[in-house]
Amino acid sequence: MASTTLTRKDFASDQEVRWCPGCGDYAILASMQRLAPSLGIAKEKFVFISGIGCSSRFPYYMNTYGFHTIHGRAMTIATGLKCTRPDLSVWVITGDGDGLSIGGNHFIHTLRRNLDINILLFNNRIYGLTKGQYSPTSEQGKKTKSTPMGSIDYPVNALSLALASEATFIARSIDVYSNHLQEVIRQAAAHRGVSFVEIYQNCNIFNDGAFSAFSERDVRNERLLELEDGRPMLFGKEKREGIRIQGGKPEVIKVGQAGVREQDVLVHDAATANMTIPFLLSRMDYPDFPVPIGVFRRVERPTYDELLQGQINTVKKQKGAGDIVKLLKGSQTWEVH
Amino acid sequence: MAELLQKQRKTKSKPRRGNGSKNSRSIQELDSVTVRFAGDSGDGMQLAGSQFTQTAAIIGNDVATLPDFPAEIRAPAGSLPGVSAFQVHFSDHDIHTAGDCADVLVAMNPAALKMHIGDLEGDGILIVNTDGFSENNLRKAGCSTNPLEDGSLESYRCFEVPVTKLTHEALQDLSLTKKEKDRCKNFFALGLTLWMFDRTLDSTLRWIDQKFTAMPEMAEANRRALKAGYFFGDTTEAFASIHYRVAEATLPKGLYRQVTGNQAMAMGLAVGAHLAKKQLFYASYPITPASDILHEMARYKNYNVATFQAEDEIAAIGAAIGASFGGHLGVTASSGPGIALKTEAINLAVMVELPVVIIDVQRGGPSTGLPTKTEQGDLLQAIHGRNSESPVAVLAPATPGECFEYAITALRLAVKYMTPVFLLSDGSLANGAEPWRIPSFDDLPKFDCHHLVDAKDFQPYRRDKTTLARPWVLPGTPGLEHTIGGLEKEDVTGAVSYDPRNHEAMCRLRAQKIAGMVQDIPDVALFGANSGKVLVVGWGSTYGAITTAVEKQQAAGKSVSSMHLRYLNPLPANTGSLLKNFEKVLVPELNLGQLRSILRDQYLVDAVGLNKVRGQPLTVAEVTQAIEGLL
Repeated sequence: MASTTLTRKDFASDQEVRWCPGCGDYAILASMQRLAPSLGIAKEKFVFISGIGCSSRFPYYMNTYGFHTIHGRAMTIATGLKCTRPDLSVWVITGDGDGLSIGGNHFIHTLRRNLDINILLFNNRIYGLTKGQYSPTSEQGKKTKSTPMGSIDYPVNALSLALASEATFIARSIDVYSNHLQEVIRQAAAHRGVSFVEIYQNCNIFNDGAFSAFSERDVRNERLLELEDGRPMLFGKEKREGIRIQGGKPEVIKVGQAGVREQDVLVHDAATANMTIPFLLSRMDYPDFPVPIGVFRRVERPTYDELLQGQINTVKKQKGAGDIVKLLKGSQTWEVH
Repeated sequence: MAELLQKQRKTKSKPRRGNGSKNSRSIQELDSVTVRFAGDSGDGMQLAGSQFTQTAAIIGNDVATLPDFPAEIRAPAGSLPGVSAFQVHFSDHDIHTAGDCADVLVAMNPAALKMHIGDLEGDGILIVNTDGFSENNLRKAGCSTNPLEDGSLESYRCFEVPVTKLTHEALQDLSLTKKEKDRCKNFFALGLTLWMFDRTLDSTLRWIDQKFTAMPEMAEANRRALKAGYFFGDTTEAFASIHYRVAEATLPKGLYRQVTGNQAMAMGLAVGAHLAKKQLFYASYPITPASDILHEMARYKNYNVATFQAEDEIAAIGAAIGASFGGHLGVTASSGPGIALKTEAINLAVMVELPVVIIDVQRGGPSTGLPTKTEQGDLLQAIHGRNSESPVAVLAPATPGECFEYAITALRLAVKYMTPVFLLSDGSLANGAEPWRIPSFDDLPKFDCHHLVDAKDFQPYRRDKTTLARPWVLPGTPGLEHTIGGLEKEDVTGAVSYDPRNHEAMCRLRAQKIAGMVQDIPDVALFGANSGKVLVVGWGSTYGAITTAVEKQQAAGKSVSSMHLRYLNPLPANTGSLLKNFEKVLVPELNLGQLRSILRDQYLVDAVGLNKVRGQPLTVAEVTQAIEGLL
C-alpha cells in the first residue's frame, strides 16, 4: 500500500470515539489522522502504544496497529517492540498521570536511552478517567475530590524533566492549535531518536480552561512564544516583544523601547548541547512570561535501537553466526565411553 | 562407625597416578565423598570448590554441588555472616544430591568452622587453616575459647595446617604484595584437597593459565600455591592416613560438560530460539539468583539473542511483551520479589494472549527474604498470583541440566498456545552444578512459529480449534491493522467488550486453553511400582533428595515410589489416577505445603507434607525419616 495515496480517512478506525464531547483529545486525534498520510510511512508500519487514562484510548481510534497496555508501562512495551522491530514507526500515547506519575520511572529511562520512538504526552493537569483527582502536573493548592483543602503536591514540569532525562527531541504544543501541533508532530516523526512532545490538552469536564488564558485564539499572539530554530524569540501581535537572558535569568524586553534592538533578543538554538537555555525556557510560564511552544531541543545522538543492533552485528562479524554445537560444548568437555 | 570408614571398601597399595608423588603409601578406595570448603567470602572458596568439581567431573565421577554464599558481597572479614561455602559430592556411581553432611570440611577461619562444623560427619576429616585463628578472628566469630585448643574438635580427625604461612613461603621470591599473596591461599587448600583424593592438577593449571593470561605473576603465584598444597599432602606423614581415591562413575555414554542451572537455562533459551528460527529478546533487571542468566545471554549476541537490562522489573517484562508483540521470543527472568512486580504485566500478556516466558529463580522470602538461599515458595505465586482469573502454564525443571530442556519446552508451548509460560527454577538449581550430557542438536525437536498474513476474514481473536490459540499477527503486515489491549475482548473480533456473558465466556476460554495444554504434556512416570504404600510427590530441586531417599527404601524392599512433577499447571493427565494407587502420599517441599494444597484441591487426596523453609536444600535423611514415619 503506497502511503502517498492515503488520506485522513484511512487512519480513522471503525471504533466509536468515546471521549467526552468537547474533550481536547478529539482535536489531537484529528491532527494526527490529518498528518499521518503525509509522513511517508506505510500505514501498516505505524504502531500506537498507550497506557491507561483518557489519552490512552487513542490507539483504538487510529486504523493502524495499536496496543492499549497497562498503566504507566506503554514506554516499556514500546521499548521491546522498537528494539526488535526497528522498521516500525512506534508512537507512545500517554498522559500526565500515566507518563509522569505511575510511569515516571520509565519516562526518565526511555528518554535517556534515546530509543527511536515518538512520545506524545497529553497534559491536562488532572486525572480524567478516575473522575477528577489532581495529577502530578496540577498546580499546588488545586481543589479536587481527593484534595478538598487544596493539593499540597508541588507539580513536576514535564519539559524540565525531559531535559534532565537527556531527551534528544523535546517539544510542546496545544490541542486547539492544530497547525502548530501538526508541524511539531511532523518534526518529532522526522527526528531520529526519542521525540518527546508535551501537548497541553483541555479537560472540559474536570479542569476546563486550564490553558485558555494563553491558548485561546485571540490571546495567542501575546501570550505564546512560538520557538523557531535560528529565529529570535519574538512574540506579540507586531512581534516587537522578545526574550533575552540577563543575569542568568530570562526577561521580556520590548524592541524599540529603552534602546532595545532586535539583535538583543535571544535567538533560538534547538541544537545546542548546552542545557541552560532550554531549561530556562522550560520554566517560563504565563503570566510572568509568554508560554513557549514549539521545538525546545533537537540534538543528534546514536539511537538505542541502532546501538543494540550494532553490537550484535559486530559480534556476528567477529565470530560469525553462532554455532550451537560449540555453545553447548562450552570450554571443557569429557567423553564417557 | 564413621560414615567415611563404612564407605571404605578396600585398601590397596599400588603405584599412584598424579604429579610425581611417592608411590609407597596406600590409597583407600571410597565410593562417594562430600567435601565442603568454607571460609571468608573473600577467601575464594567458591573458586576452590568449583575447580575441585571440574577435576572430579573430568576424571569421570558423578558430581553434584551446593554453593552457599552470603547476600553481602563482602561482609566484615572473619565475621559469621561473611562465611562462604561450597559443597561438592562426588562418587563412583549415579548421585542426585550435593550430600546431606560433609565427610571433609576445609575451614579457613573460626567463623567458617563455627558455621559448618555442625554439618561434618561424626568423625569426619577437618582441615583447618591455623593462621586464620587469630585472637581477632576468634573474637569476631564469637568464640570464647579457641576450638583448636579447647578439646571441642576431639571427635573429628582434625588436621591443623598453617595454610597462609605455607602459601607465603611458596611465594617468597615473588614481588607481590602481602595481600596478593594472601589471596593465593585458596589454591593451597585446593592443592591439598586434590592430593587427598589423588587427583591431578592439570585441569586447574590449565584454568589458571587461561584466567590469568594478563597477569603472569598472579598466574605463577597461584600455580605455586596449588602445587605447594599438593606436595604438602604428599610429603607430610600425617596425611598418609587420609589419602583416598573415588573411581569413575558409569554414566551413560556421551560427551559431557559441567553446567549450572542458570547456564543450562541460558543455553536452552538460545537453542530454543534457534529451533524456532526466531530472535530471542531477553529483558531483565538484575536480581539474585537470576542475574547469571542475563550475564550468559549477553554473551550470545551471535546466536540471535538480544539482551536488555531494563530500569526495573516491570520495564523488563514490558519490553519482553513488546518484543513478542513484534514477533520475537520475549523472555524475562527474576526472583520472587521481581515476579511480584511483574504480575500486572503478566496479566496483560494473559489478556492479549501473546507468548512470553517468565523465569522465576526462587529464593527465600517473603519480601527481600534470603536473597542467596534456596526455597520453593513461589509455586502458588506463579499459578495464582495475579488479579482475577488469570491462567498461565507453569513448568519446573528438577535438575540443573533439565533447565536446558524445559527452557526450550517453555518457548515451544508459549508460542504454540500464545500464552505466558512460567519456568520455576530456584537458588540451588541455579548455582548447583552437575555433569551434563551434551545433547545432539539434531535430536532436539524443531518448532514452528506461524504468523497470519492473510487479510481475508481476519479476526484477531479467532482461535485455533485444537490449541485455542489466537493468531500471532506481526505489526507491519498490510491489511491486518488492529489494536489489542488489556480491556476485555469480545470473542472472535477482539473488540473491547463489557458484555457480561462475553466476559464469562472469555474467562472460561482462557482457562480452557491452559487446561487444554495437557494434550502436549507427557504423562508423569513413576519411579518404582505403580501402586503401593507410599508415594512421594515432589517438584523442582528436591528431586535429588527424594530420589536418593526412595532408592534406599526400594533397595530395602519397601513399598515406596516417587513421582516428580515437571508440569505444575496444567498437571499431567495421569496424575490423579496414580495418586489414588497409593495408601499414603507424601509431598516434600521447601515451602509450607503449596503443591500439597494443589493436590488436595484437585484430587481430594489426603496428602501429607514434609515442609522445610530454612534456605537450605532438603536432605536425604529428612525425606527418609518422613517416609519411614508413614510406613
